[in-house]
Amino acid sequence: MSASGSQRLSRRVGNVAFLSFCWAATALALTALAAILWSLISQGVGGLELAVFTESTPAPGSQGGLLNAILGSIMMCGLAMAAATFVGVLAGTWLSEYARDSAYGKVVRFINDVLLSAPSILVGLFIYGILVAPMKGFSGYAGAAALALIAAPVITRTTEDVLRLQPVSLREASVALGAPVWKTIWAVIWRSAQAGMLTGALLAFARISGETAPLLFTALNNQFLSLDLGGPTANLPVVIFQFALSAYDDWRRLAWTGALLIAAAVLGVTVLARILAREPARS
Amino acid sequence: MTAAVAVIGEGRPRQARGVVLDRAFEWLCFGAASLLLTALAGVVISLTIGGWPALAKFGPAFFFSAEWDPVAEVYGAAGAVTGTLVTSALALLFALPLALGVAIFLVELCPARLRRTIGTAVELLAGIPSIVYGMWGLFVFAPWFVKHIQLPIMMSVEPGSIWERLTAGVPNGAGILTASLILAIMILPFMAATLRELLLTVPSQVRESAYGLGSTTFEVVGKVSLPYIRTGAVGAVMLGLGRALGETMAVTFIIGNAHGLPTSIFASGSTIASTIANEFAEASGVLHTGSLMALGLVLFIITFIVLALARLLIGKQVHG
Repeated sequence: MSASGSQRLSRRVGNVAFLSFCWAATALALTALAAILWSLISQGVGGLELAVFTESTPAPGSQGGLLNAILGSIMMCGLAMAAATFVGVLAGTWLSEYARDSAYGKVVRFINDVLLSAPSILVGLFIYGILVAPMKGFSGYAGAAALALIAAPVITRTTEDVLRLQPVSLREASVALGAPVWKTIWAVIWRSAQAGMLTGALLAFARISGETAPLLFTALNNQFLSLDLGGPTANLPVVIFQFALSAYDDWRRLAWTGALLIAAAVLGVTVLARILAREPARS
Repeated sequence: MTAAVAVIGEGRPRQARGVVLDRAFEWLCFGAASLLLTALAGVVISLTIGGWPALAKFGPAFFFSAEWDPVAEVYGAAGAVTGTLVTSALALLFALPLALGVAIFLVELCPARLRRTIGTAVELLAGIPSIVYGMWGLFVFAPWFVKHIQLPIMMSVEPGSIWERLTAGVPNGAGILTASLILAIMILPFMAATLRELLLTVPSQVRESAYGLGSTTFEVVGKVSLPYIRTGAVGAVMLGLGRALGETMAVTFIIGNAHGLPTSIFASGSTIASTIANEFAEASGVLHTGSLMALGLVLFIITFIVLALARLLIGKQVHG
């Protein structure tokens, strides 16, 4: 065992330490996931009664549920997704089919990437500035607009990525049959890319359904059941925020139940999107 | 017009319709793409206009004063900006080594059968809404942290030393350090996923040559894979930093929401995003609203620079 022997030893020790660190890091990340899921289940399942889905948010100390918040969230997310899908799919198509290498296309792509990870609270401030302040009132429409502005870049990005993967021969075949470009995109490219585009939409939905910050001063909150998006609209994230930080035990319990519902919905949609995308296993 | 077309042939009107729709469709797509550009410009313009009253009144002092007093109507951004930068930097410090570890584990070490499951689990961690992180941080993590980490540290530091000043604070779990730790857990999966994608771009011939020369995994990763992806890796880190800078709900729950400059790692503080989230809906007066808008503008400028750098670096890596 000379110099080369001790060198070999130190290399092996270094390697083992490094490998152990990688294992430990992964274990730590998985532990965090397990701990969060466990808290949600242990604190949230107890409050999961029928009343949660049939009654509106209560005054402190009385019986109630989350019906108004759930309905408000569904309405705003639905509206936001409709708008965001329309804009996002068209914008993604433009980036992939019409402006792949143009300078303006590059600018839009870059701006979209910035929007993709811009702080969502700034989107809330923007929508407040252009919708809430001029209309002199918080509204569900403003909330939906804020959510749409968060979802649209996600859909734009995934649409562009998926469309780029479609083979050129597919486009050529369609054009050779005499189809105009819009028909080629509409009936051939979109159809062949629909699974990927659906995945993108699902991921965008998962992203906005838990968003709280942009709703704080757009949709605000509403203690009562209301199907009118023209006024302040209850929604799960803001209700969770207010109830969790309140001093009342029954409100806090409802907050945990709401958090469980939201996390279950988001994670369920994410898993569904993964299954749909089913990326080929890498070896 | 119709008569002339009819003479030439049946196919012509349909052809013309196709061409018209072609233009219309292209313009529709162009309009949608431009809408995104307009939205970003709108964010900047509306924040500038909204924040103007505060910027005009306080001038440059707005950025350097840490005083934030809604009663006296005096506002300065320095406290919130410092809180934002400190929590994000600490979060990055904690999350980066772990994210690298996870990414390397998934690419180099993980048994093939578990790779997809663990990869998905890490992505799920990224998908959990930030408000859930906030609740978990405040009600589960903070009490645990106080009992097992904060109190032992506060007990063991030497009285009168600089460490005592750095660790002073109320042991309730809400403060700069806990907020940074929660942020770290939040950005870890994002960075791990991006780093993993980058590591997968290292050509297997290069890695296998290094292994063939007798390198250990540590040496292959440290001397071959990481240098190969370094530009993109810096981009991934900046992307994580961008997330941490703008994160709102989780931080609002757990940072303690005190104005002014943070005095120790256990002290309460505030970030730009948490200040806006807490005060905007109840802000009264042009100056208060304007100051919050101006804070938003500062946050936008910081994140824009970070994200722009991140995109440039990652783009460079991916496209060669």
